This record gives sequence, C-alpha cells and structure tokens, in this order.
Amino acid sequence: MNQSLAAGDRAVLTGHSATGKSLLLRTLCGLDRPDEGHVLFRGEPTPGHDAPGFRARVMYVQQQPLLIPGTVRDNLDLPARFNVHAGREISEAENGDRAGDLLAQIGKSADFLEQRASVLSGGEGQVVGIVRALLLDPHVLLLDEPTAHLDPATTQRVEEVVLEWVEAGDRALLWTSHDPAQVDRVRRGPRIELGGAA
Amino acid sequence: MNAYIDVTWPSLLIAASLLIANLVLSAVLRLGMGRRLLVAGARMVVQLFLLGLVLEWVFESANGPAVLALGLLMGGVAGVTAVRRTSIRFPAAYLDSVVVIVTTAFLVTGVSVLGILRPTPLWDPQYVIPLLGMLLGNALTGISLGLDRFLTGVLRDRTRVEGFLALGATRWETAQEEVREALRVGLIPTVNSMLVMGIVSLPGMMTGQILAGAAPADAVRYQIMIVFMIAATVSTATFGVTMLAYARIFTSDHRLRSAGELGIELD
Repeated sequence: MNQSLAAGDRAVLTGHSATGKSLLLRTLCGLDRPDEGHVLFRGEPTPGHDAPGFRARVMYVQQQPLLIPGTVRDNLDLPARFNVHAGREISEAENGDRAGDLLAQIGKSADFLEQRASVLSGGEGQVVGIVRALLLDPHVLLLDEPTAHLDPATTQRVEEVVLEWVEAGDRALLWTSHDPAQVDRVRRGPRIELGGAA
Repeated sequence: MNAYIDVTWPSLLIAASLLIANLVLSAVLRLGMGRRLLVAGARMVVQLFLLGLVLEWVFESANGPAVLALGLLMGGVAGVTAVRRTSIRFPAAYLDSVVVIVTTAFLVTGVSVLGILRPTPLWDPQYVIPLLGMLLGNALTGISLGLDRFLTGVLRDRTRVEGFLALGATRWETAQEEVREALRVGLIPTVNSMLVMGIVSLPGMMTGQILAGAAPADAVRYQIMIVFMIAATVSTATFGVTMLAYARIFTSDHRLRSAGELGIELD
C-alpha cells in the first residue's frame, strides 16, 4: 500500500473490524512500529526523538479517548501539562471560549464543561476526545471511528465541526468508518479500503 | 560455653507441633491452606538446615571468594524472586533486578563495613553475610511491590498510557506518576516498620542479638545502623529496577512497546 494525504484531503479509511484500521492510525502517529515500510511527513521520515512534537501535529484520537478523573474542562486542559503544548491556555483560549463554542456546535450546553468525566457516556467521551484534539489545532487529525457511540443527530454535528476545521486551514483528515452514508458525507480525496490481503 | 542456651534438634519438634493446631483449624474450616503450610514449613526447615551447613563452612574458612560467591548467590536468588512475585512481568526484568539488587546491597554493605564496623578481614562473614541477607530480603520486598505497581499501572491500561502519548506527552510525562507510585508502594513496608519500631515491633535482628547475650544498648545501635542501611537499599533498589523497567517498556521514540515485543508473562 502506498498512500499519501494532501492538505485539504478528507480521506476515509474503511474495512471490516480487525482488518487493522486502528493499527494503521497508530502506526501513522508512531504508537506502533511498522513491520515494513515507513511513514513520511512533509517528505521527511517521522522524527523518532521528537515523537511528541510530531504527535502534536499529527494527532490520533482513540476510538475510546483517554479520560482522566476530573471534569470535562480538566480533560480538555490535560494536554497543557505536556511540554509540547506548554503555555497554551486550552479551554480558556485567547480566541474567546473556543471549547464552549465547539461544544455548543455539537449540541452540548455550557454546564457540560463542569460535568465529571466519570459519568460521561461512551459517546460523550468521544466528543470530549474530538474537541480536545481540535483545540490543539494539529495539521492532521486521525479519527478512529469517532462517531461509533453517537446518536445520528450528534454524529452529523460532529461531522460538521470536523469538516469545518479542515476547511479553515492547511489541514488534512483521516477518518475511519464503516457506515457508507458517512463515508459519502465526509470523504473528499482518497478512500483507503483495508481488508482481505491488506 | 555459649552465652546462650542451645536449641537442640529434637527440641524443635515442640516448636513444629505448634503448627499442628493451624493444620487442624485449616482442615476443620476447609481453608485449604494445610498443604501450603506444610510445604512452606518443610521448605523453611530444609533451606535453613542447608544454610547452616554452608554458613558453618564459610565461617570456618573465612576466605574472600567463598563469601563473595555466597553473597552473589543470595543476591541472584533475591533478584529473581523479586520479579517472580509480580503479577505481570517480562524476561528482561530478571536481569535488571539481579544487577540492581546485587549492586545496591553490596554497595551499602561495603559502606557500613568500611566506614562503621571495620572487621578484620573486611569480608569477615560473621558481619558481611547477615547484613547482606537483611538488605537483600528487604530490597526483594521493595522491588516486587514497586515493580508490580509500576508494570500493572502501565501495561494493564495501555489505552490510557497511549492516550497520553497520542496527545503529545513524552514517555516521562506519561509514566512519571506511575514511577512515583511505584516508589511510594515499594517503600511502604520499610517506612511503616521504621515508624513503629520498638513500640509495636521488636526488630528481629535486635531480638536475636539480645538472645545471643548482647547488651541491649549494643543491640539497639546495631539495629539503628541496619535500619538506615535497609531504608537506603530499598529506596535505591526499587527506584533502580523501576527506572530500568521504564526504559525497557518505553522506546526512545516515545512508544509503549507491545506485549509481544516485551515477551510479557502474566500470572
């Protein structure tokens, strides 16, 4: 397989479960080592020693994103603890209340920010993971079945927010899904099908 | 003539019979611990009997290489046992544990032998072997508790660890909380025993010295020395083994190695 992703691409990765969709995303952001082949970013091999810097630009959102104990806001602020995002005020961003805006667009009220992460549903956890990644403003977003646990209305709003983000700059998206209708809505650019001999 | 009363082999049967009460209780309540108690009791007797023979020989010969060999053997067993007691582990941890436990225990024993006790010869087994044994025993507990806590924390919850990494955390930013926890847990027995020493517990070594006829004040000074040595050894060894495990399970390009790469063994 030889596949590239250009700025503005909204690539979709499809395939049955256990065909290695997550594995591909994990390999792209350096959480797994490829058995063979390599990943290039802007023509360069991915920098091993600066994996954190790379992952800040090529951000992978797990299907069930990491939630730490605390509120939703604590979870959105979590990356500020890491050196690579040092000095960034994430949920109280310089550009107004971007977290609140994004959550409102997805249909979450303002008090969602103060909810305990431990009581969130699987779908709400996914929303937190996606919003957290968007707030960090990476160049590439790798989303692993990001709407698997969401109702249709919320799914549609999440799609809108993410696609809007792609359009707003020099960005690319790789979205895994096995819903053909969603593939049609999201895709503009490559479609990568895994399965069988992949 | 000894300064203490001999315990003869036949008289040990009286002590052994005390265990029978436990065995009866276990059988009546069907606790199923009878077999394990018997095996553990028998192992203890055989091991100590053999140790007695070896020590007797080493003490009589008092030659450096024999003391060193016995010390290394004790260290090797302690290092391997420490890892075997963890609920999740990988092969490379055994070597790490042996190297760290031998290095720290020998170093601390060396400091006290050279700086405090100064026996002649310096490797006099009467001092070196018991000190080493106590350090190794305590370091073993510290390492197995700390390592178990660290590996369980990191490897049983890969999603969480990789969630941190995916957000741009370095491997140290990801693991430092677990390293801290491992040290805290590894040191709990040592710190607890220091807190209540002399109030709740009469330390074993001191008790032994007093039974053997030493003046309590002398025994107390020995005990204080050994407790400081133990605390230093346990913290250094636990930290050392945890950091080596950290370096083994995370790569320099900030990736958590897979279970297959590490050759993970589970209990």
